[in-house]
Amino acid sequence: MSTPTVRALGRFASAEAHRNGGPCLCEGLADTPAHVLADRPDATVVRHGPVVAKAHAADTDPGELSVRAGVAAHPALAHVLLAPLTRSAVTADGRPVTFWPYGLPVDPRAPRDAPWEATATLLAALHAVPTDVLPGPLPPMRGPLKAARAVERMRGAGEHPDARAVEAAWAALPAWARAESPAPGRSLCHGDLHLGQLVRDPGGDGSWRLIDIDDMGEGDPAWDLARPAAWFACGLLAPDDWTRFLGAYRAAGGAAVPAEGDPWPALDVPARALTVQTAALAIAKSVAEHRELDADERDVIDACARIAHLPDELTPAPTK
Amino acid sequence: MQCPKCGAPMHTYNRNGVQIEQCSGCRGIFLDYGELESLTRLESQWSQQAPPAPPQQGYPVAPAPAWGAPRHGGHHGHHGHHNRGFGRMLFSS
Repeated sequence: MSTPTVRALGRFASAEAHRNGGPCLCEGLADTPAHVLADRPDATVVRHGPVVAKAHAADTDPGELSVRAGVAAHPALAHVLLAPLTRSAVTADGRPVTFWPYGLPVDPRAPRDAPWEATATLLAALHAVPTDVLPGPLPPMRGPLKAARAVERMRGAGEHPDARAVEAAWAALPAWARAESPAPGRSLCHGDLHLGQLVRDPGGDGSWRLIDIDDMGEGDPAWDLARPAAWFACGLLAPDDWTRFLGAYRAAGGAAVPAEGDPWPALDVPARALTVQTAALAIAKSVAEHRELDADERDVIDACARIAHLPDELTPAPTK
Repeated sequence: MQCPKCGAPMHTYNRNGVQIEQCSGCRGIFLDYGELESLTRLESQWSQQAPPAPPQQGYPVAPAPAWGAPRHGGHHGHHGHHNRGFGRMLFSS
């Protein structure tokens, strides 16, 4: 069942966890070589006891990954990003590997405990870091590129009756949001925020840290708020939770939106792009898995249909 | 008072402060001058107030984009998603 990459990461993680020798007593994991947290072309993640080994995408630019890991290790972000362990490696098929301490993730079964305020506060701190103190050159934040790749994946998946609405919503976005021209903004951004991107810091007081540096870089900080914003707009996130998140971001002095008033002029384009990205991936996955769209996926595609039918005067003028 | 139509006795009722007489025989209703206007006014006030639920105190409506999902009034403005649990969408790219 396990792939060569998973087995290699298991060996890497075990070696890193037991650098100082001694028998493996890793929480009952002695009989199982590894615990697979993810196994996708863009990220294979294996845990062994206190260590997580991550194989990045095969097309990862080693220089950019090194800068991003350096940012995660930088003292200015010690309370924001989980810091990597110092080792690195490469898999047999050329995927770069990084090592991280294992931290407890957000519990998907406990929606009431979702750390909306902590997430917002971490983002505000991330966006406030002066980029000139960080390792560089800082690559661009890859949010728009991920959206473009999701649309490509939908196109490659085959026919689907809802693809037209998603394409129309995509076509209405400005070029920068489709990764066709440089994006505005010079803030340090996470680039792929969702609730799977937070873990409790295992080395400190257990407070939350952001993980997954693959899309991190310079860009429009509104992109990091735009996934919760899109969930709220699509009806997937309760207004109270959205208000908590946005309020905490503003209270922490976050730079992506004005301190008060309507935040949507800043959020609208990234939130529409992430709605399209989510809808495109839903279609691609449902076609590949030969299944119907679920209720959440249907809500996101319905939002694309509404975006596609927006009167021109309700569509903010594209900025470049 | 006798019903002017069938002669049966009329009974007096009070509806939202308006006195009306109804015939116990043919069920016809007799309105005094101005009572029809009073009832019409009450009806229009009721229909204006009824459909939009009064806003919940302490829960200001969060601004949403023009393409946002239609929001139905409900407890605390929630959108009826709790029965779907915590979508896995909130945990993935």
